[in-house]
Amino acid sequence: MSIAVTFDEVGHQTLPSASEAGPAPKRIVVAYGFWIFLLSDIVMFSALFAAYAVLVHATAGGLAGAQLFNQRSAAIETACLLASSYTCGLMSLAISSRRHAATYLFALLTFVLGAAFLALELHEFANMIAIGATPQSSAFLSAFFTLVGCHGLHVTAGLIWLVVMMAQVVIQGFRPAVVRRLLCFALFWHALDIIWVGLFTVVYLMGVAS
Amino acid sequence: MTDTHYDRAAGDTSTLSQARGWVPSGVVLYTVGLLLAIILTATSFWAANTSLLWGPGVPLGLAVLAIAQIGVHLVFFLHITTGRDNTNNVLALAFGMLIVILVIGGSLWIVTNLNANMMPSAEPMNLQMQR
Repeated sequence: MSIAVTFDEVGHQTLPSASEAGPAPKRIVVAYGFWIFLLSDIVMFSALFAAYAVLVHATAGGLAGAQLFNQRSAAIETACLLASSYTCGLMSLAISSRRHAATYLFALLTFVLGAAFLALELHEFANMIAIGATPQSSAFLSAFFTLVGCHGLHVTAGLIWLVVMMAQVVIQGFRPAVVRRLLCFALFWHALDIIWVGLFTVVYLMGVAS
Repeated sequence: MTDTHYDRAAGDTSTLSQARGWVPSGVVLYTVGLLLAIILTATSFWAANTSLLWGPGVPLGLAVLAIAQIGVHLVFFLHITTGRDNTNNVLALAFGMLIVILVIGGSLWIVTNLNANMMPSAEPMNLQMQR
């Protein structure tokens, strides 16, 4: 009769609770705090989404979404960001098994895919501004550029963060502090993909379908 | 027996003893998530462009697909699950979703009402909210 068997019989009630066991390890506290930050970021985006949804018909006689948006470019952007989220997940796995080469490889792929997404988005913005669909021309376009531009700024910040983290891995190796920061980066990057799911649905698909 | 269980960090996979059932490895988890996300995204893009579906129902279908895909991302990429070591993360998420629903739903509700109650006047006005 092993301890494991009796343990299974009594269930988990006999385990000391987290509060009896003392403070949680720093890694868990940090990730929880960052998770709260991400949720507050999502709440901020929800306000921008609400503004966009309210102003989507306020085109002031100018061009509407159905004429402006290119679904093909939106699909490629979506594919880039999704693939980048996947390689970021594989980077997390490489970090947890402390494989340097795989970490650099997946970080590079994540960076390239994220940069491709950003380049496509900027190209799309430039095209829109070139045909006169500037942020100041209608409430709809103001809301569009704020919402999509804010997501783009987050992606830019994420790319800079990734470069900084790779420099830290090169210089300091997998120190606990560096690994914690990489965990936060992975959470940030996955959360950006979640926001993009709402974004391409609300802006690009619903804007063209209806 | 002195083994303690803290709540798991967001993004971590469970460290609980996984005695019962097969536990997928990390790569399998991310790959399944990627495949599900690709299927849902492709369905969304198809539904938005096809003429096979009943037009007025398409936006609702797109919303359902988006929510499903957000769920897939949360479970397979951020590893938010219903496990008992994940309660804190789930509660924070639930509160965040409550605020998101209040902000978006409330804004749409109020402004739709406002637009419906603003009767078009006889003389043309230079409204910000021209339709």
